[in-house]
Amino acid sequence: MTSGFAVEMQDVLKQFITPEGGILSAVNHVTLQIKDGEFFSLLGPSGCGKTTSLRMIGGFELPTDGKILIHGKDMSQVPAFQRPVNTVFQQYALFPHMTVEQNISFGLEMKGVVRSERSKRVSEALEMVRLPGMEMRRAKQLSGGQQQRIALARALVNKPEVLLLDEPLGALDLKLRKEMQLELKTLQREVGITFIYVTHDQEEALTMSDRIAVMSKGVALQVGKPEEIYERPANKFVADFIGETNFLDGVVKGQNGSLVEIELTGTGTVRVESSRKFTNGQQVSVAVRPEKLRLNADIQEANHLKGNVENVIYIGTDTHYGVRFPGGQKARVREQNITQAHKEIAIVGDEVTVSFTRTSPRILTE
Amino acid sequence: MMKFLRNNKRWQLFGLISPGALWILLFFNLPLLIMLFISFVERGRAGGIKLPPVYTLENYRQLFNACVSQFAGPECNSFLYLGIFGHSLQIGLVVTIWCIMLGYPLAFFIAKQKPIWRDTLMVLVIIPFWTNFLVRTYALKQVLATEGLLNSLFMGLHLINQPLELMFNQFAVVVGLIYGYLPFAVLPMYTSIEKFDHTLMEAAADLGASPRRAFLRVMLPMTLPGVVAALVLVFVPVVGAFITPDIMGGGKVEMIGTLINRQFGVARNWPFGSAMSLMLMLLVLIGVIAYFRSGGEESRRAL
Repeated sequence: MTSGFAVEMQDVLKQFITPEGGILSAVNHVTLQIKDGEFFSLLGPSGCGKTTSLRMIGGFELPTDGKILIHGKDMSQVPAFQRPVNTVFQQYALFPHMTVEQNISFGLEMKGVVRSERSKRVSEALEMVRLPGMEMRRAKQLSGGQQQRIALARALVNKPEVLLLDEPLGALDLKLRKEMQLELKTLQREVGITFIYVTHDQEEALTMSDRIAVMSKGVALQVGKPEEIYERPANKFVADFIGETNFLDGVVKGQNGSLVEIELTGTGTVRVESSRKFTNGQQVSVAVRPEKLRLNADIQEANHLKGNVENVIYIGTDTHYGVRFPGGQKARVREQNITQAHKEIAIVGDEVTVSFTRTSPRILTE
Repeated sequence: MMKFLRNNKRWQLFGLISPGALWILLFFNLPLLIMLFISFVERGRAGGIKLPPVYTLENYRQLFNACVSQFAGPECNSFLYLGIFGHSLQIGLVVTIWCIMLGYPLAFFIAKQKPIWRDTLMVLVIIPFWTNFLVRTYALKQVLATEGLLNSLFMGLHLINQPLELMFNQFAVVVGLIYGYLPFAVLPMYTSIEKFDHTLMEAAADLGASPRRAFLRVMLPMTLPGVVAALVLVFVPVVGAFITPDIMGGGKVEMIGTLINRQFGVARNWPFGSAMSLMLMLLVLIGVIAYFRSGGEESRRAL
């Protein structure tokens, strides 16, 4: 009970029979520990097992093997309606034949809360999602954003031990989505309930989460704080999925303490700081974020690579330069447009120097 | 002419609806008026009506107070016809309830299948429509008869010593009607259930509703339009049914339909038959209106 974890997935396996008769492991031996009061995101592309994981925590799917504990209690075989969790569904799943009030008080009614207490808590919940006085409306009379808030109120009014959110912002337009991200995060801090949030949007996960689990093909590849995942991705998939990354392939030439020398195929030799040990001749990828590359800049103790500008894309806050190195490898450089009068550093065809410090890349082997 | 039609939306519309409208006017509305007229005149000796027509309310009065010449002299029983009306409504209710109770799970089961199976199963439900109703009813008779399939089976298994009396009684009529009208109940309910978003059941479970409560509070109210449509589609024709009670009841089970049928047949009392038909229509109309009044907006949209 005092483990301090709201939810634990212990070696959870979920297999489905495919229409062709094969076996698909949607969730393949996943172990996760989600702390009490945490905003935890399951992040990954569609089909990675994040939604199946969430559905198993909610009780809509039962694991083929392994255990799911909620506050220390084994819930693996407990049906959904008896679990101390509530869900905000992707398409909200509001009951269309009920008013907003009936929707929100449904869970309380099922628990046997008396009428007077129910209506008090419904108006509190509406207050919380900043939609007071909406009690008598019907679900279909509401806009997408409003429906989203009602779905949130309907779940939170029950004061669940854990709130599960299945891509709840997916159907909203970009501006509203950004607003709701901040609002959800604030709300989560206020109510102090553990949120488990499923999303395929890496920016959303980075913005809101205390910790993120990046999933792919039914496996949790990396679990960590947003900055850990972004700055120190465990492998190429994570580096590529979270934000944008340049991968420069090469071979390890030598290692002197924490300084690793790598010869990039056809491009040149770079020195990169790493705490890991590499063997000479090992195939590696130097992963470096576009914003950590500089064009024609004078940086001390840095790596410099010569290449030609292939394309220039102006996107308002930044300008992106696509650079091609002699051996055929490519990199994207992101320069912030700081000065008022925008002036391109280089134009297509120019020969440029791409520079980066020894600490900014990650050396990835898988 | 063509140019005129091309440019005149109003005449185009008129041209499109008039064949159908004319058909309904000629073959539904006009006969109804004729029937209304007949119900208020005296009968002719050999069927039809007395000419020139003599207006009377006798046909309606007879519904409430009838003297019928029975085997032993005339017998006056003011509840004879009303009793048959009540009995028909009762059979209608029983059959409708059975059709819905049997049809709903079936419709649910079909709606849950993969698309290919769903279509196959729906065809199986519809196939009986392709067989003549009379043939089907006679086939069912062979199943329930004293020497029929069911009795032979039970006797063969030594479950019973002597054949059960399954035919020529109310049981046979009810079974025959359920058999005949089940597809009419399945079709509209299937349409409603198929449209139902099953995530709502998950949402209900998520909020702590047991499967039973989730069904009663979410799925049933949301599929109610289909249930109401099934109710009307089964109840209305069953109350007025005459082939099934005739064959399955063997003349022993009287329903409004068989009674009306007899007035236009052997009894040759068209005016009384017309009065009864109109009375049946009125009863059904009142029932349907009362239902919609109580059911509110949702049930009205069902039709």
